[in-house]
Amino acid sequence: MGGFAAQFAAAFMVTVGLALVSGFLGTLFGLLLAISKGTPAGRFRSVVTAYTTVVRGVPELLIILLIYFGGTTFASKIAGRYVEVNAFTAGVIALTVVFSGYATEVFRGAIAAVPAGQIEAAKSLGLNSWRRWLFIVGPQMLRLALPAYGNLWISLFKDTALVSVVGLTDIMRVAYVGAGSLRAPLTFYLAASSFYLSLTTITLLSIRLAERRYPAFSR
Amino acid sequence: MNFGLMFDALRVLPSGIGLTLTLTVLSLTAGFLLSVPLAFARAFGRPSVSYAVLAYTYVIRGTPMLVQLFLLYYGLSQIDAVRASVFWVILKDPLWCALFTFSLNSAAHTTEILCRGLQSVPTGIIEAAKALGLKRLQIARLVTFPIAFRISLPAYGNEVVGMIKGSSLASTVTLLELTGMARQMVSATFAPYEVFIVAGAIYLALTTLAVKATQFLERRLSNENTPKQRRKARLRPTLPDHEITTLVP
Repeated sequence: MGGFAAQFAAAFMVTVGLALVSGFLGTLFGLLLAISKGTPAGRFRSVVTAYTTVVRGVPELLIILLIYFGGTTFASKIAGRYVEVNAFTAGVIALTVVFSGYATEVFRGAIAAVPAGQIEAAKSLGLNSWRRWLFIVGPQMLRLALPAYGNLWISLFKDTALVSVVGLTDIMRVAYVGAGSLRAPLTFYLAASSFYLSLTTITLLSIRLAERRYPAFSR
Repeated sequence: MNFGLMFDALRVLPSGIGLTLTLTVLSLTAGFLLSVPLAFARAFGRPSVSYAVLAYTYVIRGTPMLVQLFLLYYGLSQIDAVRASVFWVILKDPLWCALFTFSLNSAAHTTEILCRGLQSVPTGIIEAAKALGLKRLQIARLVTFPIAFRISLPAYGNEVVGMIKGSSLASTVTLLELTGMARQMVSATFAPYEVFIVAGAIYLALTTLAVKATQFLERRLSNENTPKQRRKARLRPTLPDHEITTLVP
């Protein structure tokens, strides 16, 4: 077990990095999609709905497999020679797709929950659409979305374990290799689960803290 | 994109649907049966009991299902006592390991869902049931649980969808369910797009069906506008209204 401490430390960073990168990208895309879905004349509305429905209705593992293996085939076809999409990139893309699919729905719900009177008041004050978003809808919507958004981050940390299936050396992969080489699967998988549990606990605590700091405005 | 191959996939992959559905339905059933007493203990039990249940749900919901599955499938073999016991016949079988993991997982999620439902049952209703002289078990069975179930149905629908999707993890312990079949077919044909897209479409159909079924159940169980209610509303009062007719002079 001793020799694996350094490997676990590196793998921990890989897992955290994967989650943070795909979480931030997913949030960004989720926000954009939610805003484009919320606009009354959104021509993308049905496209966005189809996207979220598909992403949320298909197993995460399948999306990861599709992007890893399919991505390699696709990139090879374009480049004209064998190009391998590495597991980290594939993981980031797949988890971003998953996260943005769920985040879109969370943000859309939160936008819809902002009272219409607020937007009308902002309009009557003469704020343009940018300022309406920045000062009126945005802050209220983010506070409303916070609890559900936090749950997405917890699921994201758990979903990173699936990327080990396509060979990313994250916590799960190191545990798998260690379990095989030292013939101590119980020890290694218990260690892995405690790492994941600490990650989800940290996420949960920070979300609770943020919720207390930024509670939803009550009417 | 090779459409002939997609057609092949459409013919081969449905043989994995059976195992996917078996895993999902059995785990959901076992999880639900486990979660009902746990949810009551979590919602109304003494603090020590409630926290014990919370510890279980917290650990299960805070770790990836993949880790739990590997812990059970690979990890338990490290304990010699397990290998020597009679349970080894069951525990060395990947199907049972997957079923165990999924059931424990589903139980943890469902416990929290039902607990939230139980806690949001209005206290006035429970007090009314007490005032009518119902015993504690009767209150739980006839009053609290039905209302809590109705409240938690939308969230439980998400759990059903989650379980359908989660059952794809069984492919990592050599089970040939839908994802397992797809992975096997990809390694044979090396056409990841076609096969995985078809598999995804099948999953999408299954999850859509689950969502529709939950929505149907929600509508059926909802308080408003059920046929029974409407029938009740149509019942005439026992005494007919006196028709007041103004005399035409």
